[in-house]
Amino acid sequence: MDKPKVATTSLAGCFGCHMSILDIDDRILKLIELVDFDKSPVDDIKNFTGQCAIGIIEGGCCNEENVHVLQEFRKHCNILIACGDCATMGGIPAMRNNIPLKECIDEAYKNSPSVYNPKNITPNDKELPLLLNKVYPCQEVVKIDYFLPGCPPSADTIWQALVALLNNKPLDLPYKLIKYD
Amino acid sequence: MSDNITFTIDGVEVKARHGETIIEAADRAGIYIPRLCYMKDLIPHGSCRVCTVMVNGRPQAACTQPVVQGIVVENNTPAMQKHRRNLIDMLFVEGNHFCMFCEKSGNCELQAMAYRFGIPAPKYPYMFPDKDIDASHPDIFIDRNRCILCGRCVSASRDVDGKTAFEFAGRGPHKKIAVNAEANLGDTNAEASDKAMSVCPVGALMKKRIGFAVPIGSRKYDTKPIGSEIESSTRK
Repeated sequence: MDKPKVATTSLAGCFGCHMSILDIDDRILKLIELVDFDKSPVDDIKNFTGQCAIGIIEGGCCNEENVHVLQEFRKHCNILIACGDCATMGGIPAMRNNIPLKECIDEAYKNSPSVYNPKNITPNDKELPLLLNKVYPCQEVVKIDYFLPGCPPSADTIWQALVALLNNKPLDLPYKLIKYD
Repeated sequence: MSDNITFTIDGVEVKARHGETIIEAADRAGIYIPRLCYMKDLIPHGSCRVCTVMVNGRPQAACTQPVVQGIVVENNTPAMQKHRRNLIDMLFVEGNHFCMFCEKSGNCELQAMAYRFGIPAPKYPYMFPDKDIDASHPDIFIDRNRCILCGRCVSASRDVDGKTAFEFAGRGPHKKIAVNAEANLGDTNAEASDKAMSVCPVGALMKKRIGFAVPIGSRKYDTKPIGSEIESSTRK
């Protein structure tokens, strides 16, 4: 029988949660025995090759590309895990949520004291995904099956979640593994 | 004074003194009733409703309800726990609780309550309300993003410090902690040594220059759930 497939992605995140996935240390050898990685920065596969058992989402949605990728993950993954505080509540990027978008862009490209932008250009290339009005947690865009809080969730949290879900066991995190920081 | 009143909490017989509230009697008996706004030695405000219990089948705030001989109290039941979880979820989405960089993280009672209830994420949509920060005082600051309107600082400043530096202003979603001054916190007579400065359950009313002093792993709720200190205590 083929090994179940796991896909991962980083949306509006900092890749810290992916670092935490790598932080499972030598258990990653065991993980490779258990699963194949599909679309993921871990193996740099860009497009889904088939249906996956588990999708791990880092980061919330701050632009239209994030939404598109998240919807693709929902389509291709049987179980979707929101991994980390950005995926579950927006995280640091969501600090812009009560500042108008134009003000954020002006601050970044025009007004900030460290800005050097003599032509006063605001990036508007067609290739760039449009920013959303605010940053959305994943569960406000698609159905999310499990949440792993933490910034990032510890390697033990991620490991325990993967092992439980791959063995069709309920995901029951102990007190020490539910942390919001 | 003698313990001359008896009643039950979840079928366990508890002895209490006349004039005590349900939460006081439960604490002495080593039974933890989850709470956020209640704090020992402050006048109960009864605003958070996390300590709601069923008393003879009717919901009551355990922090304000006095004990009466023979009452039947339901505390740790699925219905009550669900009610409390909903309240905690609401408090998280109604504010801007960025635990990842909050100085209070690990020592925060709201966060600890969510940990105790095993909440991986609140079930309601986030509101991301527009709140402000008042850092005008040299030694203390208010971050209203994190305030859960428990009223502890109001009570402590008024009843213990004798200053009335804080008060509620506005109603409904506009309700906030206001300061007793023309403009800002810096114009009040509040000081870092006030009782009011040590009662905030969250990171809303904080002293400056002490953030992150305790490392992760050694903070109050890193390993032990909130309430375990009451549950492990034996009856006096």
